[in-house]
Amino acid sequence: MISDLVVDLSRWQFALTALYHFLFVPLTLGMTFLLAIMESVYVMTGKQVYKDMTQFWGKLFGINFALGVTTGLTMEFQFGTNWAYYSHYVGDIFGAPLAIEGLVAFFLESTFIGLFFFGWDRLSRRQHLAVTWLVALGSNLSALWILVANGWMQHPVGAEFNFETMRMEMQSFADLVLNPVAQVKFVHTVSAGYVTGSMFVLGISSWYLLKGRDLPFARRSFAIAAAFGLASVISVIVLGDESGYEVGEVQKVKLAAIEAEWETSTPPASFTLFGLPDQEAQKTDYAIKIPYLMGLIATRSVDTPVTGLRDLIQQNESRIRNGVVAYNLMTRLRSGDTSLEVRRQFDEVKDDLGFGLLLKRYVENPANATEAQIQQAAMDSIPPVAPLFWSFRVMVACGFAMLFIFIFSVYLSTKGIAERYPWFLKLVLFSIPLPWIGVETGWFVAEFGRQPWAIGEILPTFLATSTLEAHDLMMSIAGFVGLYTLLAIVEMYLMFRFARLGPSSLHTGRYHHEQQVSPSGNGPLPGPADRLR
Amino acid sequence: MILDYETLKLIWWVLIGVLLIGFAVTDGMDMGSMILMPFLGRTDNERRTMINTIAPHWDGNQVWFITAGGAIFAAWPMVYATAFSGFYMAMLLTLFALFFRPVGFDYRSKLENSRWRNAWDWALFGGSLVPALVFGVAFGNLLQGVPFQFDDLMRPTYVGNFWQLLNPYGLLAGILSIAMLAMHGGTWMMARADQAVAERARVAVILLALVVLVLFALGGLWLWMGEFGFRIESVIDGNAYPNPLNKDVVADGIAWIGNFDRHPSFWIAPMLGLFSALVVALLALARRPALALIMSSLTIAGVITTAGFAMFPFIMPSSLVPSDSLTLWDATSSLLTLKIMFWVAIVMVPIILAYTTWAYVKMWRRISVRDIEENAHALY
Repeated sequence: MISDLVVDLSRWQFALTALYHFLFVPLTLGMTFLLAIMESVYVMTGKQVYKDMTQFWGKLFGINFALGVTTGLTMEFQFGTNWAYYSHYVGDIFGAPLAIEGLVAFFLESTFIGLFFFGWDRLSRRQHLAVTWLVALGSNLSALWILVANGWMQHPVGAEFNFETMRMEMQSFADLVLNPVAQVKFVHTVSAGYVTGSMFVLGISSWYLLKGRDLPFARRSFAIAAAFGLASVISVIVLGDESGYEVGEVQKVKLAAIEAEWETSTPPASFTLFGLPDQEAQKTDYAIKIPYLMGLIATRSVDTPVTGLRDLIQQNESRIRNGVVAYNLMTRLRSGDTSLEVRRQFDEVKDDLGFGLLLKRYVENPANATEAQIQQAAMDSIPPVAPLFWSFRVMVACGFAMLFIFIFSVYLSTKGIAERYPWFLKLVLFSIPLPWIGVETGWFVAEFGRQPWAIGEILPTFLATSTLEAHDLMMSIAGFVGLYTLLAIVEMYLMFRFARLGPSSLHTGRYHHEQQVSPSGNGPLPGPADRLR
Repeated sequence: MILDYETLKLIWWVLIGVLLIGFAVTDGMDMGSMILMPFLGRTDNERRTMINTIAPHWDGNQVWFITAGGAIFAAWPMVYATAFSGFYMAMLLTLFALFFRPVGFDYRSKLENSRWRNAWDWALFGGSLVPALVFGVAFGNLLQGVPFQFDDLMRPTYVGNFWQLLNPYGLLAGILSIAMLAMHGGTWMMARADQAVAERARVAVILLALVVLVLFALGGLWLWMGEFGFRIESVIDGNAYPNPLNKDVVADGIAWIGNFDRHPSFWIAPMLGLFSALVVALLALARRPALALIMSSLTIAGVITTAGFAMFPFIMPSSLVPSDSLTLWDATSSLLTLKIMFWVAIVMVPIILAYTTWAYVKMWRRISVRDIEENAHALY
């Protein structure tokens, strides 16, 4: 049996490296589209300032992108290094979208990103614009395939257990790709990426406006980011709601945990705005509830009940008992007793095999599980509620805060009066971290809410690891933490330096830091930049 | 076309081979370039010409590596699980080294500070040398068999440690891998870097091609002496469900070299490796960079294919419990997955090759020190 320490360390390593990777991904998703929009405007209008915008924001994008690529390498190989049993057990399904991601998306994005940075003089305007759009398309396609893979972990459709190979095998590729969970998650996630890119450009542009620097450049960047950001944040919120509906359909435990819904209440269920979930007592103290709301979000109706955690634990308990039967039959099949009768019996209960595997955390052979161990496994079949409850609320709060910011930014930029609201520009600047807090808590909800499963109701997390020793993991975690910290410091240093420098870093001679200082020392002389207004 | 399970299993062995060769020819080229960079580039600007020849391509090249990993996951999930967790420390070391490449390329020339740049140059060097070494060492160990086994639920357990990988044959293969990629990077430098660098690269290529020739021949002779090899004793049903526990395998010192006697056409691979390495040296002598680049790609293909042929049909033999060895017949994913992935690969690989070629053609030119001076802020 794998020790709990190895399982915990494997989970920590995965969480750290995945959350760290996702600091860079959303900005890439959003920036590639923003760059494509800016360059399109350049090609359509021929105005130099839009080319400068594409190149300058492209420079910042590049600093971020390098780390996205770096940390993405870890993700591609970590399933094999640290989740070997997972890789064996579901690789037949899960590996496919990962490989397709490489063939369909990464090649496209990565081949053309080189031409984006270095092809300005080697390609015609239209060719370069096409290259930029292909980079955006590639990065978004990669999000599609990785979310197909992740959606399958949440809601494993189109696959069946094969006792001959002792693993899950694909039955329908269409089901895998058209998994409703994956589709909803995809749009929700890429939209969150667009919001991240928009907040980034909006925040830094606000700083230029506050400093009164490179105004024509900053105003145009502000306007594009505000408009794109508003459209995106609306999409995030609408699809987040749709996501809630999908979760309500297929991941009842996650939904109930997010909402700290212990009891199945009479429909329509009310939404707990705030409260203090108590896992032991299975209740939520000091709950402030909004009537009807949860029933509407999760079931789109006023008469369908939302199942509470206590009932779900009970349902899981009976599935665990079924799972013991399935496990016994599976062992018989694997030892060669493959008569039709055994196969038929196994087919009846094999959907609960994963619940039988849950017992392997407490006992080597689930058939020998005691009543107390079955009870324990049922209690452990739901995730800890409080962290989910809170991180979900933080995510939603970030989303609505940004909705406000983008609405007001669009208003200011259409009126052309942004500089008259320095307090707001400051607010936008200091709100730059909001999208990151939102996406990180969002992923936490999605993946922690999946526990105790690596693959929903199929493969328990504790079984999924590699056969490693704790010291292997301590060394690798130390390596990741050390190197990722070092790289983060370098990245932030460069990012701040070039953001402060602004478009002057392009060395075109048109921007603030390159202007001659007037003899009286009262700021820059009118330079070519002013002609751009 | 008859796409039965057996045929698809064989096709996927070929396709994974193609992806690994694609990785070594593309990403290996920029790894090789960066291994040579601290030695061939004497000034900052010379080094920048070297880095900028691969600037538009390193990221696309690296995707061959990522896709090879993903394809092994999809087509050979048991190999992905067993090899990556078994070679845990080696994989992590490779990963940590690879971290320094994307950031190294992008960040190095962003500051004018010479200590900063020098530090990144060595980071790029290490980030390229270590993976080249580890991949070679891994192949050297696969040929010897590695110590793993499966339990009843097909959980792989590996009982060796990192240091055991660094045995004489593993190190020989590791050094061969470094020399081969450095030679390949050298031919690229001959074609694309500043003239002064290109001339130094030419000398390096001649020497490295000879080193490759000697080490590759030595690796072959070692096999000839009959030290490692495994043989399947039982009858294999290529259309059966993949189950690595359903066969009998014995260690047989002449099995690998015997493969070439059983399938005489397999000789093409080592012949190609030896011949083209020699031709690379001659072409470098004759100052023909473009042809040398093509021939060094063929050398790589010959060397990797030789290893694949020698082990056929094994992918990952177990020295601990030989019958648990993973072969191309019993380590694959299901028929449906192999089929879907086959069609995806058949459609996508030609498209990828087409736009990759377009990107290389568009950026093809020699980058001189003057180009760097004139575009100091736009280039890496």
